Amino acid sequence: MNNTYFDLLDYMIYGTAILIILIGLYGALVKKSLIKIVIGLSVVDSGVNLLIVAIGYLKGGTAPIFSPGYLANPIKMVDPVPQALVLTAIVIGFGVTAVALALVIRLYRHHGTLNIDEIKDLKW
Amino acid sequence: MKKIIVIILLGTLGFYTAHTFFDIGFGFPHFEHGIKDVYLQKTVSDLKVSNTVTSIVVNFRGFDTLGEVTVLFLAVTALGGILYKRRHEVGERSVLFSASSIVTSGSKLLFPAIILLGVYVFIHGHLSPGGGFQGGTIIATGFLLMLLTYENYSVNHTVLSLVESLAGIAFAGIGLLGFMHGGTFLQNFIEPGVLNNLFSGGVIPIIYIMVGFKVGAELTGVIYTVLHEKG
Repeated sequence: MNNTYFDLLDYMIYGTAILIILIGLYGALVKKSLIKIVIGLSVVDSGVNLLIVAIGYLKGGTAPIFSPGYLANPIKMVDPVPQALVLTAIVIGFGVTAVALALVIRLYRHHGTLNIDEIKDLKW
Repeated sequence: MKKIIVIILLGTLGFYTAHTFFDIGFGFPHFEHGIKDVYLQKTVSDLKVSNTVTSIVVNFRGFDTLGEVTVLFLAVTALGGILYKRRHEVGERSVLFSASSIVTSGSKLLFPAIILLGVYVFIHGHLSPGGGFQGGTIIATGFLLMLLTYENYSVNHTVLSLVESLAGIAFAGIGLLGFMHGGTFLQNFIEPGVLNNLFSGGVIPIIYIMVGFKVGAELTGVIYTVLHEKG
């Protein structure tokens, strides 16, 4: 229960997840192509999922599955609740990406371009 | 200029997020008596299911999963509505080059194996890692391979929507059957059986098989709709 001491690995897992989120947000905010913006949002999704699963990790813990080998030699398990929530989040993320890409296709059909600077209908 | 502002904003956001998470700490139990202890204990004692994630997704949070499946259905319906075309405007598939002979003969060999793997994953969802969502995705990748390989390979939309609707109705119907056995919605009313047997966990494997069919049909429909979009 010592939460001041950190291995390098601990920094790396949280750090990687946050870095993925930031990369995705950068892509969504800076890039001009609509497809790249959707890719950025989907990268943010992956980063958030990694972060949520990492919170539930337990050092030396095993996967939360009671297989026959586990019952003979029980050790502690990682938290299954974040994993179940991430399973939901992945499916919702898929739905969001699919609908976003459909809207992008529709915009391309109407304007003939994917560059957001050239789509001026909603600018005021 | 815009890039610099964005980088400064994201740097601030990243610094404070990282600060929060490093304060939380990594790899030790955050709660003395969390809800996970109840879940882990009840999964073995009450439900006789090996995979705790499955038991949470399908049983403890089953209503949530019904909502999730509904969101997936809604996304697929919205996709079809947004990309709607009149029948004579439906284009050829928009892939730039045709597949080589290695891919055409190899995919015929791989397709049944991929479908079998998907079915295995969602039937054993309560015993091993995997489940309905993962198995359904594997089945959809099999159809993706066939659609990319053969230019005139087509899936029957009527069959897809029939499978999807029947699986959804079965999920809700199993939930309603819980009322008839004197319980609540999505009550686990079948005897749990023995731990680590294929027929264990009551309604959990039945619901997850239905979810597998539904997700497989929906994802195949999405792939087919987007692939036949003429640019």
